[in-house]
Amino acid sequence: MTETWLLRNLRAVKGRAYPRVIGSSREPSWVIFDVLLPLLTVAAYAYIYKFMKAPEEFVGFVILGGAMTAFWLNILWSMASQLYWEKEIGNLSLYLMAPISRMSILAGMAVGGLFETTLRAVSTLVIGIAVFGIALSLSNPVMLIIVFIVTMVALYGMGMMFASLYLLFGREAYHMSSLMTEPIYLASGFYFPVKALGFWAAAGASIIPITLGLDALRQLFYPSTRSEYGFLPMGTELLVLSILCVLFILLSKLSLDYMEKLGKTSGRLTLRWQ
Amino acid sequence: MSRPMQPAVKTESLTRVFNPKKKREGKSVTALDSVDLRIERGELFGLLGPNGAGKTTLLKILSTLLLPTSGKAYVAGFDVAKDFQEVRKRINMVSGGEISGYGLLTVRENLWMFTQFYGMKSAVALKQIDELLDLFGMADKKNEKVRTLSTGQRQKMNVIRGFVTDPDILFLDEPTLGLDVNASRVIRDYIVEWVKTRPEKTVLLTTHYMAEADQLCGRVAIIDDGRILACDTPENLKKLVKTSTMLKIDVTLLDDKSPLNTIPGVEKFTYTDDPASNLTSLKFVLQDESAVSDIVSEIVHSGAKILGLRKTEPTLEDVFIKMVGKGFE
Repeated sequence: MTETWLLRNLRAVKGRAYPRVIGSSREPSWVIFDVLLPLLTVAAYAYIYKFMKAPEEFVGFVILGGAMTAFWLNILWSMASQLYWEKEIGNLSLYLMAPISRMSILAGMAVGGLFETTLRAVSTLVIGIAVFGIALSLSNPVMLIIVFIVTMVALYGMGMMFASLYLLFGREAYHMSSLMTEPIYLASGFYFPVKALGFWAAAGASIIPITLGLDALRQLFYPSTRSEYGFLPMGTELLVLSILCVLFILLSKLSLDYMEKLGKTSGRLTLRWQ
Repeated sequence: MSRPMQPAVKTESLTRVFNPKKKREGKSVTALDSVDLRIERGELFGLLGPNGAGKTTLLKILSTLLLPTSGKAYVAGFDVAKDFQEVRKRINMVSGGEISGYGLLTVRENLWMFTQFYGMKSAVALKQIDELLDLFGMADKKNEKVRTLSTGQRQKMNVIRGFVTDPDILFLDEPTLGLDVNASRVIRDYIVEWVKTRPEKTVLLTTHYMAEADQLCGRVAIIDDGRILACDTPENLKKLVKTSTMLKIDVTLLDDKSPLNTIPGVEKFTYTDDPASNLTSLKFVLQDESAVSDIVSEIVHSGAKILGLRKTEPTLEDVFIKMVGKGFE
């Protein structure tokens, strides 16, 4: 690996991230669709908890979950199906022809997506906190940053893996994304502590990095509820998330290499409308 | 490092067969059939053929997007199947009608983004982009969003994308497809200028516009049904039909053209109908000029009216008609 190779790929990451980073300022309609509308769902759950006189932390759990939905939607609609759409608009062949690792294109998509989605998630969080007047008692900000970063690397690693696998599905990719929206909201405990599902169901849902990431964030924001509502000890959750980071990035590399080979052999990778 | 002693492009018995995904989707299609081609560095080489002849398949193999079924292809001396990363450092490709990039980016940002995939420093890339936009008459569009561009402006931007990374070998797949005369001229002029001022650079241009190949290319290969039928300079190719007489006749819409094919002395014959203008254009390659009177008689006999008749200089289309027995359209 030469310095030139590394520089070229870092520039490729920057280049591919750019449209997503700049997109946030070019299309401000995201404030309505990606912040205000998801807040309506959050509000519904928040009012249910309030009406039931559930512990106050539950409203905070819901707002945190609501903020994290932005990342899951970004994974499904802007990462997983992205390479398929890049193929349809003709960009994929230009990416494949460039003298770079395909992973740098995926990494660029992930970095850009992470940036724009963090903006959306933070907006949801701030507005949710302001509207429902909840108090967060953050115990360990350094740990919060570590958990957030590890969760995002694992989550976007999964998105990178989906991106290459979705090339197989073609137009059916839309259905796959639809299929993985609401069920994951349930399985990952976006609107309630995942512990409520029982150990084995929650353990199974932990393959989605956002499950453990969200649980760990809730434990950090509400340390007093850790023993009652936390699924696993935070150290264990961080360890599993770290393993998922390596696993998904490795799998995304393998699946992308496989897809490229398959596409070059069958001739379908750069054919549009398949 | 490039391999300077090696030709820009070399193919040996290059064959590509597309198999249907499922049996019921039809038969296998041989897009390229034992293609042998050698393009030297510094050439502006044309690949001329009708739609579906195999031009784009060849370019996809040469640009490492597709593997050959059998045979070999080398670009700058590197095997496209094995040394694809070396090939990719040296090439770029632009296709006619492509809609690459992102509509929310400006023209300048879009071009900059693609330079990053080739590792160009931003300052160098932006300087180069500004110069090319100026040369292509697009300087006033550089801060416009890509989605606001017209087809011609968009294609000029695509062509700039191909040149801006300064590739050793540039593949242009129908770069002027569907463009108006002015946009096509700007693009053609720049292609010629680029090769002329940079003798080490090579352009492989595919087109189904005869005049484009004739005007731009030092050598032209004629391809049909995946096979190279001829490869030479446009002048030498046209000499192949020099002994024949080319005749073009415009008549009012002619329904039954079959008798024209059987007139003695007619070597090849093609036509185009334009019902909107009530016009049929007939094109003949004649072995014997005496066939002209028989052709005129046959047209008059059929009830059509002759609107124009002229002998023409041989073109690459005539070469194609003579070789394949059909026109491009």
